[in-house]
Amino acid sequence: LSTTGACRAIQKLTRVRVVDNSALGSTPYHRPPKCIHVYNKTGVGKVGDKILLAIKGEKKKALIVGHKMPGPTMTPRFDSNNVVLIEDNGNPIGTRIKTPIPYILRQREGEFSKVLAIARNFV
Amino acid sequence: CRASGDGKPAKFQPPPKPVIIDKQKQRTERRFLSPEFIPPRGRTDPLKYYMERKDMIQRRKVFNIPEFYVGSVLAVTTADPYANNKSNRFVGICIQRGGKGLGATFVLRNVIEDQGVEVCYELYSPRIQAIEVLKLEKRLDDNLMYLRDALPEYSTFAVNMKPVPYLDHEEIPVNKLQVRMKPKPWSKRWERPKYNIKGIKFELPESKMKEAQKWSQPWLEFDMLREYDTSKIEEKIWKEVNEGLKK
Repeated sequence: LSTTGACRAIQKLTRVRVVDNSALGSTPYHRPPKCIHVYNKTGVGKVGDKILLAIKGEKKKALIVGHKMPGPTMTPRFDSNNVVLIEDNGNPIGTRIKTPIPYILRQREGEFSKVLAIARNFV
Repeated sequence: CRASGDGKPAKFQPPPKPVIIDKQKQRTERRFLSPEFIPPRGRTDPLKYYMERKDMIQRRKVFNIPEFYVGSVLAVTTADPYANNKSNRFVGICIQRGGKGLGATFVLRNVIEDQGVEVCYELYSPRIQAIEVLKLEKRLDDNLMYLRDALPEYSTFAVNMKPVPYLDHEEIPVNKLQVRMKPKPWSKRWERPKYNIKGIKFELPESKMKEAQKWSQPWLEFDMLREYDTSKIEEKIWKEVNEGLKK
């Protein structure tokens, strides 16, 4: 019998925390938003990966901005799995992100420029 | 009282403050040897640790790594290619110091906008531009990982906090703060004697505390094979490091 340890990054069926001020993310629902697919070769999502979220009975794409798993040294590790709701073309749905975002996302400025533009704090 | 030469009332001069010099009590100078200098117990060649120490001393000559303990508040500026002005400043409380030799790390924790953030920095990494100690103090434990399950007020530190000037060349203040926790479940069962935590105010019922004591291993402290006396090693390394830094 072998069991794998806890993943702590984001994979299918992880409950995530939506961090922007969009209506979908802020209104309460009796079920927490869960990840149903990770757009990655491995099913494990790290910072900067896109995932499919199930929120309020709808499917929405989202971008991972922070997870509980320790990453490379000098990168921040957050106490909750944070996610920003996104459209299919990469436009964020919310207008403001209060929680801190890691600087690593600036590396892919082309894809995430609009998300980084609405972010307030960086870590 | 002194008679004034002028005839007018003399301005009150307070008597000189008495300076007490305790010659009996010898002033022991505080020696602080960073814990990553002490080699771990094992069968590796001491030459490896000697070479690492030479490199560590070389780095310390160029860049000042101040003395700090687990529980002190630090501000670290690192070089980041993706940040504005290429540098990134993070303020936080040191919760853990790990690793030996050049790979020594320390983890800083802070709560920013209700989000807990922890960053693990390598002490000897060339990306670090400056380390400032904002508040030098010790806590009751060596490992403050339980702050993740404590109320967030105990981990919040303002980013523009002014450095608290620390007093003398002796006596680092020990903060005997007992931290209050969030309701269970916690990430680890901190009430168990294996973690030996003194800095939490457990508000659990007596029955739970007694049940936790079932996992105590009272024979561990008497186990002779686990003893590792570092006093002589520390003396040698202290002399070596001091000579290296003076050159």
